[in-house]
Amino acid sequence: MRLELRESVPWWLSLSAPLMAIVLSLLLASMLIVWTGESILDAFRMMAIGAFGSTFGLTETLSRAIPLTFTGLAAAIAFRARFYNIGAEGQLYCGALAATLVGTGLLELNAIWMIPLLFIVGALAGGCALLLPWYLKTRLSVDEVVTTLLLNFVILLLVSYALEGPLRDPMSMGWPQAAPIIDSGILPALVPRTRLHAGIYFALAAAVILWLVLRFSVFGFSVKALGLNDNAARHAGIPAARTLFWVAMLSGAMAGAAGVSEVAGLKGYLTLDLSPGFGYTGIAVAMLANLHPLGVVVSATFLAGISVGADSMGRSLGVPSYIADIMVASAVLSVLIGLMLSRYRIRR
Amino acid sequence: MDILEILLGASFWAATLRIACPLIFATLGELICERAGVLNLGIEGIMTAGAMSGWLWVYNGGDLVSAVLFAATVGAMLGLLHASFTVSLGLSQHVTGIGITLLASSLSYFIIKMLLPESTSPPKVIPFQNIDIPVLSSLPFLGEALFSHTPLTYTALVMVPLAMYVLYRTPWGLAVRIAGENPVALEAQGIDVIRVRTLAVMLGSALMAVGGASLTISAFDAFYFGMINGRGWICVALVIFASWRPGKALLGALLFAGLDAFQVRMQQQAGAYIPYQFFLMLPYVLSIVAMVIVARRAEYPKALLKPYRRGERL
Repeated sequence: MRLELRESVPWWLSLSAPLMAIVLSLLLASMLIVWTGESILDAFRMMAIGAFGSTFGLTETLSRAIPLTFTGLAAAIAFRARFYNIGAEGQLYCGALAATLVGTGLLELNAIWMIPLLFIVGALAGGCALLLPWYLKTRLSVDEVVTTLLLNFVILLLVSYALEGPLRDPMSMGWPQAAPIIDSGILPALVPRTRLHAGIYFALAAAVILWLVLRFSVFGFSVKALGLNDNAARHAGIPAARTLFWVAMLSGAMAGAAGVSEVAGLKGYLTLDLSPGFGYTGIAVAMLANLHPLGVVVSATFLAGISVGADSMGRSLGVPSYIADIMVASAVLSVLIGLMLSRYRIRR
Repeated sequence: MDILEILLGASFWAATLRIACPLIFATLGELICERAGVLNLGIEGIMTAGAMSGWLWVYNGGDLVSAVLFAATVGAMLGLLHASFTVSLGLSQHVTGIGITLLASSLSYFIIKMLLPESTSPPKVIPFQNIDIPVLSSLPFLGEALFSHTPLTYTALVMVPLAMYVLYRTPWGLAVRIAGENPVALEAQGIDVIRVRTLAVMLGSALMAVGGASLTISAFDAFYFGMINGRGWICVALVIFASWRPGKALLGALLFAGLDAFQVRMQQQAGAYIPYQFFLMLPYVLSIVAMVIVARRAEYPKALLKPYRRGERL
């Protein structure tokens, strides 16, 4: 009996990796729940009910899935080309900052123009935040992992400065927050008395468009080739730097759009706690989806459910809500193993 | 004038060494991992776990020295986890590292929240005290600047020549360096590449964890949420800046810490004209600048990021 590399992985088998990851992370979470002294079944039931069991829970989960879909897409396209953009958190804030600059009274248009405009401006800002790492990687071969990571901190401090200085809302009673987005820029609520907003349509559209582009265009093929073997791709005449430029732009744009949907949809104004690490969780979302844009929608919803469920469980049982992050992290690690296993088959 | 005043103060130099201590440990740790061919992006989380476990050990009545050893053990275990993914299974070093950072830091916060649920202000422990080296510490200026520090700071400084000795003068150090340059050649010598790399990652991760612990039981006396605050990522940049050499890593960490200490002091003087955020940005911006400066002639370990599988050509 020996292991043998598969030529191609059937689609049903590639689903097994995320499923295995989910099982393993539930197992780890159960061990921690045993430690807290609560009943495992109770805890998971509370999580499921909290995330999906009521209109409120379901809409909370879906509204949290919106930014996660965007940042998941950001990671998915970048990682496909092996452009390790770990800076989605910073790019998200760039998008939010741009939407705030344009959306708080600089321009006043109808909602039909205003909302798309905010998304475009935010996406551009997010993309521009990746220009420097892209340039440094392709021209000076400076590792993009470290530059994107470090820029997160720089951008966050920049936002902090903007919120305490030039962008502070004079009506905020001294709180570091920006003026609210004007009414025509606010994404309309979809279900009355909940926080679910129209950003979900933009997120879904982005996922479908990205899937079509990556699946059917020459650009998508170049991205795939670069990710599989960049040497071979270069020899085949694929312009690496130019392809990576558009990868960086698209990736940053997705992360920027996450910022726009949070500012113009969920919060209504920019604060420094806009994102509880959506940029980093986006990497988990993308990994769990095996970097597939449509899979990102599913895994974003699932991971959003975990964090909304864990929050609600943390309120009623004595289980710290950090358990959500632990489950996300263990899912990332186990999906790696699952993906590797699904590439092999057993021969007798 | 003001700048000169800062640079001539002994407290500035003392602060530089104090700030450099965790950076020296963690940079050396990352350097050893990368010398063996493994990029360890778990560093940020491993430092958090080290900070948490070292502090917790002391909080529960353990003594300081065993707390350092405990933190090192926790770090080595996380390193083993990293190595079993990246070395034994040859999985993506980027994704594994990010995963371990997420896992180690959320687990640390979970444990703290479980054991100290009600604390609004984090409880404190008695950290390492400054030890005055006899005679030398009574020297004017130099005494305060160099010879009155905590044992961990001295240890960090001793670690540098030790790491140089191990890497350049011992058979195991040679094996580590070849594992990162040409693992096939190492295998040809009959040395197990997987084992060398795994041990290097464990040792490196232990150093990172000690670096984290030095924050909670030497530089400060409590564990705060988010207290590592990107120090791990800065150390990854410092390793590149140091061209994978321990001596230059020390230089980088000291330069960096010096700038940080300087920045804090400038903030007090120029804070009225320049918002404090721009001072806080400096360390991150300078790390990027430092990488850009050395990038052109950076000599990466040839097998960095490349998993080794027996019987497979690179």
